[in-house]
Amino acid sequence: MTKGRLVGLEGSFAIAEAVRMVNADVISAYPITPQTHIVERLAEMIADGELDAEFICVESEHSAMSACVGASAAGARVFTCSAGQGLELMHEVLYIPASMRLPVVAVAANRALSGPLSVWCDHSDAMALRDIGWIQIFAENNQQAFDLTVCAYRMAEDQDVLFPAMVHIDGFYLSHVTEDMELPAEADVADFIPDYEYPFVLDPAKPVSMGCYGPPFIYFEAKMAQNVAFEASKSKILEVWKVFKETFGRSYEPVETYRMEDARTALLTMGSISESAMLAIDELRSEGKAVGLIRLRLWRPFPFAELREAVKNLDCLLVLDRAISYGMGGPVCGEVKAALYDKRQDLAIVSYIAGIGGRDVTLDEFKYMINRGEEKAQLVTLGEELEPEIIGVRE
Amino acid sequence: MRGEGERNDLEQAAELFTPLLLTTDENFAPGHRACIGCGEALAVRHVCKALGTNVIVVNATGCIEIFSSLLPQTTWRLPWIHTLFENVGAVVSGVESAYKARIRKGKIPDRGVKFVGIAGDGGTTDIGLQALSGALERGHNILYCCFDNEAYMNTGIQRSSSTPYGAWTTTAPVGKHSIGQMTWKKNMPEIVVAHRIPYMATACPSYPLDLMEKVQKGLETEGPAYLHILSVCPTGWRCAPEETIEFGRLAVETGIFPLYEVINGDYRMSLDFPVLRPVKDYLRRQGRFRHLTEKDIDRIQARVDEDYAKLREKAGVK
Ligand SMILES: Cc1ncc(C[n+]2csc(CCOP(=O)(O)OP(=O)(O)O)c2C)c(N)n1
Ligand code: SF4
Repeated sequence: MTKGRLVGLEGSFAIAEAVRMVNADVISAYPITPQTHIVERLAEMIADGELDAEFICVESEHSAMSACVGASAAGARVFTCSAGQGLELMHEVLYIPASMRLPVVAVAANRALSGPLSVWCDHSDAMALRDIGWIQIFAENNQQAFDLTVCAYRMAEDQDVLFPAMVHIDGFYLSHVTEDMELPAEADVADFIPDYEYPFVLDPAKPVSMGCYGPPFIYFEAKMAQNVAFEASKSKILEVWKVFKETFGRSYEPVETYRMEDARTALLTMGSISESAMLAIDELRSEGKAVGLIRLRLWRPFPFAELREAVKNLDCLLVLDRAISYGMGGPVCGEVKAALYDKRQDLAIVSYIAGIGGRDVTLDEFKYMINRGEEKAQLVTLGEELEPEIIGVRE
Repeated sequence: MRGEGERNDLEQAAELFTPLLLTTDENFAPGHRACIGCGEALAVRHVCKALGTNVIVVNATGCIEIFSSLLPQTTWRLPWIHTLFENVGAVVSGVESAYKARIRKGKIPDRGVKFVGIAGDGGTTDIGLQALSGALERGHNILYCCFDNEAYMNTGIQRSSSTPYGAWTTTAPVGKHSIGQMTWKKNMPEIVVAHRIPYMATACPSYPLDLMEKVQKGLETEGPAYLHILSVCPTGWRCAPEETIEFGRLAVETGIFPLYEVINGDYRMSLDFPVLRPVKDYLRRQGRFRHLTEKDIDRIQARVDEDYAKLREKAGVK
């Protein structure tokens, strides 16, 4: 196991370091708050000769992802990042690397969507990308932002995977905050992410046709193949995290749990908010309550088995969403319910929506959600139907 | 430039025998699914001959992509990629950048591979304009070919900003209050020239040698090169398949689609007509213009005369 160097780094800079250390060939991006620091730092690295890459300073996010697709098909290791409206403008293109099996890696600095215009964090943009066919992973702190970006390359480029991968970091909460973290030695990252050869590269020496037109007699089969391969990528994702742990000592799981040993109630979170939630769990634990936390790290492919395992001793699960599916409730809660429906119809699942558009979620609010959640769970058991509860909005 | 009558023997001999020297290789293979008489299919075939085999082609959604790539077959003997309708400028930028970076980093040898973007007039003058403009502005070493059949043909003859004034389309239909397309054709070649790229040319497969020569010039250009290729579409223009070549020639001879080059800002007529054929000869025989009155045609004639005179002035011909 190798030890790195302790440094204080902004989340954006940590990601730029990861992209530099994996020696990306082509970077193409368009600025949008709160992602800008990542591209600015990368542009600086290229300008200073610290990173040898082509920087395509495109005229839109649609083109940023399009250029990544072209570069990836031509065998380059690529990177882009965006946020909020930028990810939405990319949306059409995001399906392409997934269906063409191109290992594009991107970072999303999550941001609320217009309108009203907001640059602040929530997960609305991420939720709009649920079905694009990318490996999607949520980071909670800057260390994870770095580690998971590095891992994303090894996952995406595995010859049995070849799917694009996206690392989600909370805009501002991580992108603009300096934290201490361990930065591995460049050589160790280079060993972990060696150069790779894309097997179907665009090359006159061996012509291929990519992105053909699929009539009904073949489209469905193509999509099935994509889905089968995508689901199969999970075992490779686990393998990458295993090797990462052996190499760098930090471990990641599709579903991570905190103080769940004897918990009957748990809160489920994603992203940086999980760290505040841990504090709330600690306080409630010190008050003698048997509560724990579940952090959903791998969002796609969805970790059904791990989630079922994590909730197996629970009576009550509280799901915290940072996005609204208008007219439906919390999107993550909807997915969690769907994932557990077959096995755990006895489990009371309570939906909360909080932290929209950069609204902070306080310790008291976490505690309220957990305490009140247990009461709500009782009502569910008595057969009452519960609407999602929105926390922290001024009435 | 001289007119038809002024060619010397050597030039005439060259016209006669050069086709025999052309490669018989078809990089755009037979067996595709274009309509009979498709000018785009013909143009692509010529372009592919001139490209040779050391290229990568990036294609936008449109007729060409549809008729050449129906799974599980492909017409392309060249490396080819299609992703979306509006992003060819960006995808080809990415492909070119990937080669540049990987060659510089010693990951692959420099085999002089060239990068070519192709799209219809819709994918170029409308939805893809931004990505194309970005690619031209950034100075990528690419050749971009717009195959202009003057409407969205793949989706069934809807108007584009490259549809000529007065033409019938399904979204610019002829009716009591409409003569069809109510606006003038967007001057895409001039928009490209305004980017000050080193090479811009117009071409038409009715003049295959001229077209192929321009493709080669575009390929050899350092930096962005752009070809605007008029591609007759019998299906959308409402004309007979066997008239494709003739209509291409008529478009050029009437001055409706002049053939010219702009090399580093210098204009050059590829073919010049001190006296143009009347536009009527071209318009009257196509179904899409059938409804036009004499007055409409006069209006078009005046506009063509004005534009042609301006172009000749830029090219310095008197
Ligand atoms: C974003 C998007 N909008 C609309 C379409 C539908 N569409 C596909 S091809 C096409 C028209 C293509 O026209 P053009 O570029 O002129 O090429 P042609 O088919 O005439 O050769 C349209 C509208 C699409 N594929 N993608
Ligand atoms: S519709 Fe027109 S451009 Fe399209 S294949 Fe048919 S003839 Fe060619």
